[in-house]
Amino acid sequence: MTIALAFDTGLAVLVLAVASWTIAARETFAAAIGFVAYGLLLALVWVRLAAPDVALTEAAIGSGVTGGLLLGACTRLRSSEAPAAAEKPGAALRLAAAAVCALVSAGLAAVVLLLPDPAPTLAPQAVASIAATGLGNPVTAVLMAYRAIDTLLETVVLLLALVGIWSLAPDRFWGGYPGLRQRGDRDGVLAFLAQLLVPVGILVGIHIFWVGSVAPGGEFQGATILAAMWILAMMSGLLDSPAMSRRWLRLSLVAGPTVFLAIGLAGFAMAGAFLAYPPAYAKLLILTIEVPLTLSIAATLALLVAGPPERTPQQ
Amino acid sequence: MSAATLFGLCGAALVGLGLFGLIVHPQLLRKILAFNLLGGGVFLLFGIVARRGAAAGMGGDPVPQALVITGLVVAFSATALAVALLLRLSQETGQATLRSDASTNAGTDGVHR
Repeated sequence: MTIALAFDTGLAVLVLAVASWTIAARETFAAAIGFVAYGLLLALVWVRLAAPDVALTEAAIGSGVTGGLLLGACTRLRSSEAPAAAEKPGAALRLAAAAVCALVSAGLAAVVLLLPDPAPTLAPQAVASIAATGLGNPVTAVLMAYRAIDTLLETVVLLLALVGIWSLAPDRFWGGYPGLRQRGDRDGVLAFLAQLLVPVGILVGIHIFWVGSVAPGGEFQGATILAAMWILAMMSGLLDSPAMSRRWLRLSLVAGPTVFLAIGLAGFAMAGAFLAYPPAYAKLLILTIEVPLTLSIAATLALLVAGPPERTPQQ
Repeated sequence: MSAATLFGLCGAALVGLGLFGLIVHPQLLRKILAFNLLGGGVFLLFGIVARRGAAAGMGGDPVPQALVITGLVVAFSATALAVALLLRLSQETGQATLRSDASTNAGTDGVHR
């Protein structure tokens, strides 16, 4: 057994152990902490699978922002924890569920072992046309050029999720401030951390976005870091969350998808198809989309975590 | 066994684990958590398909990798919406499960507010 395989085996065992513990943990709060650890371990797995772009996304969104969201929800649902846990299903049902799940896992494992060899791949095609996009990172080329329509729809999904969350607000809070006002200690550790980390984090976020055209990184990873910095500033009480009726806020939310759609439609005139870029301007157009898109994604992610408005516009 | 196969089997086991948590946990937040765990397993299966497609001097096929990035972001927005629905349910009814006998109370509670 080589050292690499020994490391991979250890990593796989660790991922499964943390995942099992996350499912088995008695307290939801402990399970949410386990989930964050699970996400970070998965990011390591993605590095081992030679997918650093996915590793960054998993660490930032899958582990970080999702973990923060779940931890926040835990603290707010703590009072309902005990009565809810009492509704646990009986042993027979649990055994049946375990059998079904083991069957699903076994089926998937069989599929994994029976995957065709040699594996089908689009990597040669992705590399062959990358010069036309002016990009150096094939994953960014897939996201922004070959499959740009997926990315466009994805940003719309993000916005729709936010519309869905906002529409859960009671009438009297419509247009108001999301979440409860955080009155953190201005001299506390969290405020200190926010003051120290936010400026650095903003630079890191912009850097990750910028290098995404030639190296691992990109708008989603960069935007998540920017969103995390905004969330940190709001959590520490340094900044209040913005009222959802603010025009600048709504403009910054739709700017990215709007520019994306406009350039996509302009593709009909410039290159004869929706979301087609003329080769001479491909990189310029992609950057023109990516800059507002990064800001919009960052704002949307932060507001998805902040939740529906819970204070009136005047408050 | 190659690293891809090893992590593929790991992904398959994670899907089963997540599905189990989704079924047996009465708390909705635990169900959301288990659902995300299941999603991690599904993404890992995509990951090994990408890894096996290593060609043209690249460590993996970039197309499934980009799909996973898209999937992670969509999974997060679905999670955020689910958590918001759950918090609203708990605000209105005080419960954080899908107990069916409480649903009639929940309906009238909502009207009174």
